[in-house]
Amino acid sequence: MSIFGRKAKGIEKQTDGDIFNKETDGLSQGQIVRKRFVRHRGAMISLIVLFSLILFVFSTLGFKIFGIGYGGWWKYKITDIPELRTAGCAVQLPGCPTLDLLPGKNFGLGEHPFGQDDLGRDYFALVMRGAERSIEVMVVIGLVAAFLGIVVGSIAGFYRGVIDAALMRLVDFIIVIPVIVIGSVLGYHFGSKGVLFLALFLGLVSWGGLSRLVRGDFLTLREREFVDAARVAGASNRRIIFKHILPNAIGVIIVNVTLIMSGAILLEAALSYLGFGVVPPDVSLGLLISQYQDSFTTRPWLFWYPGLIIIMIALSVNFIGDGLRDAFDPRQRRRISRKDRAAERQPIVKK
Amino acid sequence: MLAYIGRRIAAMLVILFGSSFLVYNAAAYSGDPLEGLRTSTDPRVHAKVIDLIRSLHLNVPPPARYFIWLKGIGKVFTGHLDLGRARDGTLVSTHIAGAIPVTIRLLLLSFILAIFFGIGFGIVSALRQYSRFDYALTFLAFLMYSLPIFWVAVLLKEYLAISFNNFLLNGTIAPIWIASAAAVSGFFWAAVISGTRKRVFSIFAIAAAATAFFLVLLSLTKWFTHPGLGPIMMLVLGLGFAVGVTYLSTGIENKAALRSSITVVLIGFVLYFPVEYFLKKYASLFTIFIMLLVTLATAFGAGSIFSKIDRRPIIRTSVITSIFVGLLFVIDKLMKTWVPYINTDAIHHRPIPTISESNNLLPTGNFWFSSLDTILHLVLPTIALILISMAAYIRYSRGTMLEVLNQDYIRTARAKGLSERTVIMRHAFRNTLIPITTILVVDFAGIMGGAIITEQVFGWRGMGTQFNQAIHGQDLNLLMGVILVTSSLVILANLAADLLYSALDPRIRVVGKK
Repeated sequence: MSIFGRKAKGIEKQTDGDIFNKETDGLSQGQIVRKRFVRHRGAMISLIVLFSLILFVFSTLGFKIFGIGYGGWWKYKITDIPELRTAGCAVQLPGCPTLDLLPGKNFGLGEHPFGQDDLGRDYFALVMRGAERSIEVMVVIGLVAAFLGIVVGSIAGFYRGVIDAALMRLVDFIIVIPVIVIGSVLGYHFGSKGVLFLALFLGLVSWGGLSRLVRGDFLTLREREFVDAARVAGASNRRIIFKHILPNAIGVIIVNVTLIMSGAILLEAALSYLGFGVVPPDVSLGLLISQYQDSFTTRPWLFWYPGLIIIMIALSVNFIGDGLRDAFDPRQRRRISRKDRAAERQPIVKK
Repeated sequence: MLAYIGRRIAAMLVILFGSSFLVYNAAAYSGDPLEGLRTSTDPRVHAKVIDLIRSLHLNVPPPARYFIWLKGIGKVFTGHLDLGRARDGTLVSTHIAGAIPVTIRLLLLSFILAIFFGIGFGIVSALRQYSRFDYALTFLAFLMYSLPIFWVAVLLKEYLAISFNNFLLNGTIAPIWIASAAAVSGFFWAAVISGTRKRVFSIFAIAAAATAFFLVLLSLTKWFTHPGLGPIMMLVLGLGFAVGVTYLSTGIENKAALRSSITVVLIGFVLYFPVEYFLKKYASLFTIFIMLLVTLATAFGAGSIFSKIDRRPIIRTSVITSIFVGLLFVIDKLMKTWVPYINTDAIHHRPIPTISESNNLLPTGNFWFSSLDTILHLVLPTIALILISMAAYIRYSRGTMLEVLNQDYIRTARAKGLSERTVIMRHAFRNTLIPITTILVVDFAGIMGGAIITEQVFGWRGMGTQFNQAIHGQDLNLLMGVILVTSSLVILANLAADLLYSALDPRIRVVGKK
């Protein structure tokens, strides 16, 4: 067989059409989307991984919201400076990691699962704090960008005319400057004011693409019959936007917000690495990598763990985004397994 | 058409004006250029402050100061672009002019290679939809998409540069590496070509055996410490490439295409020693350009002679082959420079550098030395950039290809009885390229932003370095210079994408009037 293959995909589509229709028979849009998403194995695994990771990370060092605090189950804080552990490490490598995932007598986290840095600070605590920061930044950027993108995009797409032109010029102004450039300018000055402040500013410059997409969706949806019907029935503009058009554009919005969020993790890490993001004494994963990249040859754990956590978060968010995209895409069809095909050929005869 | 371009350029200037105004004020209000001087204990600090205020017009509020800056930019129409002065009094335009070539050198090669591999893998992945290869590639693409480049860069420096340099001291490959490489190549080709089970096994065996054989051969002949191609190797590679290109572009049954591309390879083989001498005697970029023209003319001639009907695909095939043969000549020459190059004091047997864009200690004046040096400095950043930018192309071209394969014209092509190769390469592949082309153009401007991190990690002195300096030094004019260049590029790329789209897709027409 050649590298081009011989399977004629165009024909497959026709003969197997009935299977697809059966699959979605009598289900609401939401049910179809949910069903498709649950079937996306990568997305489901990622969802579980991401949620367990978030729970794990935020419970490690504890948190405090509106006075209600939880101390965290981990024995060290990021400010603690315990003595450098030398027992069990090679001579040149004090503070080596104790994490052991192989079954045996050392199985478990141990004293310092991710090792200690050059001062003796517990690296597990530092990485967990960095992961907290990354997740916070991701959520805040996602929320701010989603809010602005939806508001600007729907107003521009719904009202058209002068309002549309003005808003889209504003989007042009922002979108022509690469996010990392404008992010560095803002981050350098506002990074020291706290990570949430930084995330807020980054969110303020990341909504351009989303608003364009939302606008495009609104422009087509507002011409559809159901919008006319709603208008004839006397619905107000507000009701049409929120009850009729927005639910139909939600697929595009959710998928893109996921992409913005996975990008946000890498953006924050990159800015902190360059020195334009989170600054010491606060901790971020990008900052940890930038601080310890030179110790890679001597104490590699200082370099590996923050990077692996970044990849884990970004990868799961990306996979969830992919699952959502597949779930919302009306053209998306399931792979037809041999079993389905066989069932199609031999309909079960009821006695 | 001209009216359309004119209108777009006018809109472009408005956007540039608006965005630079926003950034100028954001940067000016958020930073204090005199910050460092205020805490200084230098007795002459007062004079310095006054000096700086005068030269940077700091007594003017930022919104008004923006127009002083804009006046300098406006001089571009009279031919005297004035980007203002940096804090140390040097011209910003000198900084930028020095930095742009470095950044372009950094980005161009990785951009081209990322497109090539990204589209290639994406299309094969689409043709093998829902196969193991497809799933594996999808996972890899997402993984690459989630990699922080500065993290990858450190890994590359350690495992590629330092380890590879250590390996080159000896130049023999350990059996375990040969075995793993053979297995990887076997799995790869088996997955790409696919077919019945028996066929997959035989492809795996052939690919693995061939890889192992070549690696053992290279290892035994000490090829890695004394690389080179030589006429025989070039002939073999050239013929293989000629057959491959013919297979993909016209089909192996097209004898005229096969003959003309093989002839091109043979001409190259016969002329090996004269060309070799020529490249040595008159080594320069201009020579290579002239040789390229001669090569293309030869290929064109060969293609015309062998073809009677349907000339274009045949000429195209032989031209592609000839470019590859020409490339082999240059690679061969570079490989011959290898041994003297790594023996110089500046290199000292550590050929893959981890930092900076060129080696200043190298003896100057030798074209092949400096070319090899440039290429070797490009290795690590290029791999890093390819890794992170390829993922998007794989995903995008896979999606587009799947969409195209479901179109009616593909069914029509199959119904006409065209071979699967023609359907894929001529009908599906070309239509896949249309939407991809437009995102590529826009993307090139986008990776200018990515250069900031890459340059920082690999110590290149390009636009990204200027940008970092500008921010850390609160140097507003320098910052605006960099931003002006990047945002102009983004806008120009958008315009180019729209024009290209209308040129490629006859359904889309640009209109001069609204």
